[in-house]
Amino acid sequence: MNRINQKLKEDKKLLSIYFTAGYPSLGDTVPIIENLEKHGVDLIEIGLPFSDPLADGPTIQESSTKALKNGMGTALLFEQLKDIRKTVSIPLIIMGYFNPIFQYGVEEFCKQCNSIGIDGLILPDLPLDVYEAEYRSIFEKYGLVNIFLITPQTSEIRIRQIDEASNGFIYMVSSASTTGAQEGFGKEQQAYFERIAAMGLKNPQIVGFGISNATTFQQATANAKGAIIGSAFIKDLTANGPAGIGNFVKRIR
Amino acid sequence: MKYQANESGYYGEFGGAFIPEMLYPNTEELRLNYLRIMEEPSFKKEFDQLLKDYVGRPTPLYYANRLSEKYNTKIYLKREDLCHTGAHKVNNTIGQILMAKKLGKNRIIAETGAGQHGVATATVCALMGIPCVVYMGEIDIQRQAPNVARMKMLGAEVRPALSGSRTLKDATNEAIRDWINNPVDTHYIIGSVVGPHPYPDMVAKFQSVISAEIKTQLLEKEGTENPDYVVACVGGGSNAAGAYYHYLEDPEVGIIAVEAAGRGIDSGESAATSALGKVGIIHGSKTLLMQTSDGQITEPYSISAGLDYPGVGPMHAHLYRSGRGEFISITDDEAMQAGLLVSKLEGIIPAIESSHAFAIFKNRKFKPEDIVVVNLSGRGDKDLQTYIDYFEL
Repeated sequence: MNRINQKLKEDKKLLSIYFTAGYPSLGDTVPIIENLEKHGVDLIEIGLPFSDPLADGPTIQESSTKALKNGMGTALLFEQLKDIRKTVSIPLIIMGYFNPIFQYGVEEFCKQCNSIGIDGLILPDLPLDVYEAEYRSIFEKYGLVNIFLITPQTSEIRIRQIDEASNGFIYMVSSASTTGAQEGFGKEQQAYFERIAAMGLKNPQIVGFGISNATTFQQATANAKGAIIGSAFIKDLTANGPAGIGNFVKRIR
Repeated sequence: MKYQANESGYYGEFGGAFIPEMLYPNTEELRLNYLRIMEEPSFKKEFDQLLKDYVGRPTPLYYANRLSEKYNTKIYLKREDLCHTGAHKVNNTIGQILMAKKLGKNRIIAETGAGQHGVATATVCALMGIPCVVYMGEIDIQRQAPNVARMKMLGAEVRPALSGSRTLKDATNEAIRDWINNPVDTHYIIGSVVGPHPYPDMVAKFQSVISAEIKTQLLEKEGTENPDYVVACVGGGSNAAGAYYHYLEDPEVGIIAVEAAGRGIDSGESAATSALGKVGIIHGSKTLLMQTSDGQITEPYSISAGLDYPGVGPMHAHLYRSGRGEFISITDDEAMQAGLLVSKLEGIIPAIESSHAFAIFKNRKFKPEDIVVVNLSGRGDKDLQTYIDYFEL
């Protein structure tokens, strides 16, 4: 069984952390992953940086620009991760935009992911219909879980379609926004979390966007399986570097 | 329908909607409604009326006597430079502001590079009394001060795009991010035949008035609706899409697309996407785009701010790949010389974008009896400083 599906069976709220590969320094990728696991993080999303990350707010944009300047790229990321399964056993997901993967070759990319031990992909700008028509069979061949996003504006019919096409979890975007930390969730967002929880979807949901601290983590996971922290973690890395990871995780739970 | 978008927004292998889920409801609302709204009599009436009374359409189709003599062929100019605001851009913004009203939107966002589309958007927002935010790269704001001032006079807020390379592609990213954050009340007026479906098709349809008029006007002057060639410059490609539109399925009409070679195709400072681009995804569309081997989008260069977009509309990518269009690239120097020549021979100072289209005559020979329509997409007033610097006027 895929590590993501195994992890989702555990009886706990999952903490998932996103970071941009190659940030703050080119060589930080593996130490960050190892440190996150050591401090009890359940799932890691490794961001493949892109020049034009249009779903991201300023924090992740800046980290991507810096990572590319540092020299991060697809082949280098695979090179850095080639022995990662010798030291890390939690699920690893690559999150990126579709163009770099399209240039690398989707099948070759998936094959590399499989050989390294990557468990899933989040590609926000690969739409559902194109995935189903052209790429689903490749993802399945290499045992990769594809994770789709839903938002407060996503219609019920489409949520059901996405649930049907998913085989891991659904990435629930907390609000109509690009990525970025928020202080708290309002009534509207709580109602949305409850509405989705009541739908009885076959895939668990993990909430992302706007989660930055213990309060938002608890609010987000009251009705969902877990939550993803990205921008707030990147900000912490900027300030404290990989050495601050233990303290950061402690502040969340 | 070989060269028009199919119902999923594909031109051959190009187009579609490669957008994050956050944008799906926005584009879906537009996709489900744009064709129906454009067919509504009340919409058509208001659109046509504004094009006539406000924009000044139809724009003339002018026989360029001295230019024709020089190149020994029959050259007509479609005078989009005479449109209100100085270029064809306003045809699209009039259409989209009416579309936004029909969809019940009360806030407009747009991206702009040199500022022409920003001005055209700010203009129609002033006309309709709708708040307008224009995203513009921080670097472009510095080099296009007069257009920034025009937008401000027209009541628009100009927000600097501070991310990435701080130019047109980043302004487009910022506008898309704004739309993600404001999915309900806001309409995004894209300025060219780029972006996710249905934008390329919708913008092409609003610009198609250009070729519709050419047909009528040419019939009057030459007894035929069809020229032998239609020539237009292509950045994203909206003026070209409009000039080609009603000729796409007529194989006897040659289509010539002129791209900006900048300092030369192999100089590393170019915007000739057909020659230098590879298939990929930019701003939600699968098309040809300039990128690194790793799939990072690169920054193009042209002396003409309206042509330095790293991608090209999916319609044009298909015209290139299918061989339907003849693609020619023109350097900065060739374009500047052609702009000067047209000024001296015809008394018309073209926008530098349009000057690229005129530059083909030096090397691309036509028969004396050929009818060649050049889309003169904009006037050169906005480029005066560049002309001054270049020619030391």
